[in-house]
Amino acid sequence: MNALRRWAIALGVLALGRKQRRPRFADRPRIVPPGAPDPRAEWLVLGLLLGAAAAAAGFVVVYSFNHLSHQTQYLGLSLGLAFAFTAAALVVVAKRLVVTEELEEDYPVPGHPTTQEELEQLVAEGGDRFTRKRLLLTGAGAAAGALGAAVFVPALSLGPFLDTDALYETPWRRGRRLVDEHGKPFLLDELERETFYTAYPEGADKEEVGSPLVVVRFEPSELHLPAGRRDWAPGGVVAYSKICTHAGCAVALFRKPTFRPVEPGPALICPCHYSTFDPTRGAKVIFGPAGRPLPQLPLLLDRENGELLAAGNFSGPVGPSWWGVRSKAPRNPS
Amino acid sequence: MGRALESAEESVVIRGLVRFLDERSGTAPFVKKALRYVFPDHWSFLLGEVALYTFVILVGTGIYLTFFFEPSTASTYYAGHYAPLRGHEMSVAYRSAVDLSFKVRAGLLMRQTHHWAADVFVASIVLHMLRVFFTGAFRKPRDLTYYLGLTMLVFALLEGYLGYSLVDDLLSGMGLAIGYSVLMSVPFVGANLALLVWGAPFPGKAEFWSRMYVAHVFLLPILIATLLALHLFLVAARHHTQFRESRRTTEKKVVGIPTFPGYAPRSLGLFFSVAAVLFLLGGLVQINPIWLWGPYHIAQGTNGAQPDWYLGWLIGALRLVPNLDVTIGDYTLVPNAFWGGALFPLLVFMLLYLVPWLDRRATGEYGFRNLLDRPRDAPWRTALGAALFAWVFVIFLAGASDRVFVSFGISYVAQLWIYRVLVFVLPLAALIVTRRFCLALQESERLGQIRKQAEAEARGELPQTEQL
Ligand code: FES
Repeated sequence: MNALRRWAIALGVLALGRKQRRPRFADRPRIVPPGAPDPRAEWLVLGLLLGAAAAAAGFVVVYSFNHLSHQTQYLGLSLGLAFAFTAAALVVVAKRLVVTEELEEDYPVPGHPTTQEELEQLVAEGGDRFTRKRLLLTGAGAAAGALGAAVFVPALSLGPFLDTDALYETPWRRGRRLVDEHGKPFLLDELERETFYTAYPEGADKEEVGSPLVVVRFEPSELHLPAGRRDWAPGGVVAYSKICTHAGCAVALFRKPTFRPVEPGPALICPCHYSTFDPTRGAKVIFGPAGRPLPQLPLLLDRENGELLAAGNFSGPVGPSWWGVRSKAPRNPS
Repeated sequence: MGRALESAEESVVIRGLVRFLDERSGTAPFVKKALRYVFPDHWSFLLGEVALYTFVILVGTGIYLTFFFEPSTASTYYAGHYAPLRGHEMSVAYRSAVDLSFKVRAGLLMRQTHHWAADVFVASIVLHMLRVFFTGAFRKPRDLTYYLGLTMLVFALLEGYLGYSLVDDLLSGMGLAIGYSVLMSVPFVGANLALLVWGAPFPGKAEFWSRMYVAHVFLLPILIATLLALHLFLVAARHHTQFRESRRTTEKKVVGIPTFPGYAPRSLGLFFSVAAVLFLLGGLVQINPIWLWGPYHIAQGTNGAQPDWYLGWLIGALRLVPNLDVTIGDYTLVPNAFWGGALFPLLVFMLLYLVPWLDRRATGEYGFRNLLDRPRDAPWRTALGAALFAWVFVIFLAGASDRVFVSFGISYVAQLWIYRVLVFVLPLAALIVTRRFCLALQESERLGQIRKQAEAEARGELPQTEQL
């Protein structure tokens, strides 16, 4: 019992007792100027550190729960508070417990002229024995250039650098069926007028840039397609590439006029920068940054079962534009 | 008795440590110098430190995320607890990011903290750069330091974009599509470069994901860390700049608080404050809820979602530019996305890189500058900076025009035209107003000094010359 009490007192003294600093370096001038102790600030720091410890322990506790609603919030709160308490403790230390000195120091010298000259001399003397410097430097340049190229060239394996033909390839060809995302064919009779559908080529990769289409059905009399596309829209159904020619987003919005006289015609709109295309006029750009119309896919009606098929490939390359984008027609991968 | 013992023990530990290190590394003089290195004190000098500490948090949380994220576009079906996504087809990358958010304990905290930290990282770099610009801290001998910092900003933007893209949610897919298109739009080489980077036409080869991943978790962080080290080395080698605060602060002498004991607890306190803010944000304020966006499919798009703030200026530029393709007959030379997506940022960064050179040309000053200007001290520089800032800022605002339309009902088309006018008017206005304002400040300061002097003379005191 007695021993226990002695231990308790010893521990108490150890924890709570203030240290009397015996000046160990009394014989030397101080480096850090002296300052008066601030016991209250010390208590404050202690309190803040204990707060940090408590919050951090709270984090561990919250973490240990298997199911807890708002666990993320409690985790963030406890960890954040632990850091905040630590920060506060450090700020008190900085403002009240350590001496804040204002020191002066010389800015470094701008340069070392003598050494600079010596370096020049060093380089010059090191190359003393060369007599055909120009020639050798040319040789070195050639070697460096060729080596650089040799080191760089393997990077061209990353992709087809010179061959941009892949950009013209789409899975659409004459006779390919239009299907929805579940693979169901589009039947002309089931298409409602002025409703927006997304179609894909049957049996092809849906995630290719050349695959997705927007399909809209109009009254044939409402369509004013460009010359030569007269028979591209059987039953008034038009199909365009769904990929915006501006910057490759999906043209995912369809504005349908609700009051004919007041509202302009129906429009296909890209949500990225609001390029707006007129589906009745070959997806001409009527607003926004896109520089060319959406490529149109000619359609064909299978008279036997009323399914919609592609009648060929697009009217132009799909996707965002690049230099010379229109120089070739889209084609199928070989 | 016990106290004396304790004190002796403490000093024995420190002495042992110091001896151990010095005898093995010989760095005692260097350490002593470092501990007495002087930091001039001004709140605006802390912005760079905030960026540094945010980077530390980014690396820490980022490493944690790599233990769970799978950078693969292989297709899979979600079968987890989050009902709205169950049965949906998605990439393994997206599924692992959703699982990381819902299944991994503390995963969402780390992911959100990482995302917040990325936003704060870029913000603090930009603010730091503004401080450096408007105080003329980029002048010799710190121009090299400035170039390094600017390059870090470029890498930080790219790094943020890649991090955002890797998740493969609907928004990141749209962001990638736009990035691909902007690269495609570069005249003469764009299509080739895009095919090189993506490996195939959009959405690219499967390897593209590994490329992004290794760039995001390895290449760019290493580049940033290296530049950061060089940046800090140069800062220390040429010492900090300072404001002309008293007669003691001169071009020759730097005045401030030494690392130890004064500055270290301050700076550490800042680190923990940054950590506190980021983790509180990460835990309490939702950011990028990818499970709401859903997985990316090329045929899907969404309306009105905003990218991270630091991409807003590019979105704005893409929207503001009229639909101008440069073509010769049927031959496209420059597609439209080039202007806003590539030319505009190139121009801004080119101007920023030219800043030290332009400043030297304009002022004819080639000497060493350790003292900072207050913004008013250099009215032209301040005014031109304000104009550039206003220009980028208007375009940045235009990036939020669809949000404004949804929230306030102002027609999108009308807004666009307003912005198209403001893009020219506002920088000019900023230029004129800022310059006037600087001159007025100078003038009022001069008058104040004259008045003080006159009052002193009237009171019969000797005229005091106050040097400022
Ligand atoms: S991607 Fe469609 S408008 Fe820009």
